[in-house]
Amino acid sequence: MLAKAYLIFYNLALTLGWGYVLYLAFEKRNDHTKMWKHVEIPLKIFQTAALMEVVHAAVGIVKSNVFLTFFQVMSRVFLLWCVLEVSPPATTSIGVPICMIAWDITEIIRYGYYFLNLIGLSQLLVWFRYTLFIFLYPIGITGELICIYYSLDFVKQKKMWTYSMPNALNVTFDYQYALILVMLSYIPIFPQLYFHMFAQRKKILGKNKVN
Amino acid sequence: MEIEICSASGRVITKLPVYASSTVGDVKGKIHQAKKGPYPGRQMLRLEAKGKALDDKSTLADLGIKSGGKLFLKDLGPQIGWITVFLSEYAGPLAIYMWIYTRPWIFYGDKAASKPYAQVVHIAAACWGFHYAKRLLETIFVHRFSHATMPIMNLFKNCGYYWGFAAYVAYHVNHPLYTAPSYDIQVYVGAALFVLSELGNLSIHVALRNLRPPGTTERRIPYPTSNPFTALFKYVSCPNYTYEFYAWLSFTVMTQCLPAGLFTIAGMYQMTVWALGKHRNYKKEFAKYPRGRKSIIPFVI
Repeated sequence: MLAKAYLIFYNLALTLGWGYVLYLAFEKRNDHTKMWKHVEIPLKIFQTAALMEVVHAAVGIVKSNVFLTFFQVMSRVFLLWCVLEVSPPATTSIGVPICMIAWDITEIIRYGYYFLNLIGLSQLLVWFRYTLFIFLYPIGITGELICIYYSLDFVKQKKMWTYSMPNALNVTFDYQYALILVMLSYIPIFPQLYFHMFAQRKKILGKNKVN
Repeated sequence: MEIEICSASGRVITKLPVYASSTVGDVKGKIHQAKKGPYPGRQMLRLEAKGKALDDKSTLADLGIKSGGKLFLKDLGPQIGWITVFLSEYAGPLAIYMWIYTRPWIFYGDKAASKPYAQVVHIAAACWGFHYAKRLLETIFVHRFSHATMPIMNLFKNCGYYWGFAAYVAYHVNHPLYTAPSYDIQVYVGAALFVLSELGNLSIHVALRNLRPPGTTERRIPYPTSNPFTALFKYVSCPNYTYEFYAWLSFTVMTQCLPAGLFTIAGMYQMTVWALGKHRNYKKEFAKYPRGRKSIIPFVI
């Protein structure tokens, strides 16, 4: 009961939070280079709060796969704190408004759906929840990849987070290459998550039809 | 008699005339002949929609399938021979490591090849080469496989893993700015343990081969043989993995290279997953399986 009350609060708070982020992003619709600074703080708060979803899955108050949730949440938290936070060229890129369109709408509907589900109004947003991703998911991925792409040159120039030889452990780390690997990792991971969502869509919307 | 072949969702794909003495393999052949399924190696037949794969050699009578009974068919996707996969998996790391050992300009710039090599770098290349050459030879001359094929996606996954790690480890060990361990003894002990572990690994592979009579896929409980390296069978179900882990641990100590350590950890994780599965299968298959045997690390896991 306590868990349910908490989840109602959590999902409502995030629905409203993402609504606010969308409103702020909309205010800067004519100059996307200023959008990041305008949405930055609330975006960081509400996106980072999504880490709680991994906790929810781990302690079992929400039935989802912990690892799947972790990777879904982490890809965005990573983009926020390890790309946009550290690399100004990414924040003024066209990737930011693209992400804002996709993320904000997706999250308002997703958290809104969870919230309504918990208070017993599951039918209202279910179709949107399992349909809009068809467009919004690829759009979001595109925005994320554009942001990372625009950070590459800056990371290279600044030699950011780069650790080179010689050293006693004989290891090197090059953040620019790590980012390129992250970009490449979208190729095998994206189709899996995307088709997983189609399977969910079939399961949830198909079942509703029968009832 | 006649049986039904169904898809995982329960839809009847076809009805086949069979005998009680027909084997699962025969049924797969008939499904293929009737153009209702892919070639037999790509099929999996099960008693329940999500049950366990049936052995090709079991007969329908063994399985208790009567006229009108059902078998569930799953398409495993395109298949590729184990030997092809193993050869590409192991030839790749051998070639990649040896190429990077020459310090090609593409990784280290123009004059890297003429800079001095520490002795341990040569020893490491010899160890790496020995390990993968051994694996290639084992694939051709030692291993007997209980399944003929595996899904083709495994080829890409496995090659990505082995080739990627080969390049990652080789890049650091062969780097012109590589720092050798301060004490030579670390190198010699590491190299000696590496060779012993490799011999242990080979001994287990030979013992497992001799366990399985030629031309069969029969399974038996492995026990220590006259070869002292196989004594580890007393403590674990998969000593070949134990020795492999020791080998890479020794390689890591010898080279004092963190990427080699990461390769060891990744391999150990995967081998532990496999060992736990094999251990479970042994216990399920053999009622008299020796108690007290662990999966991969004596007394621990």
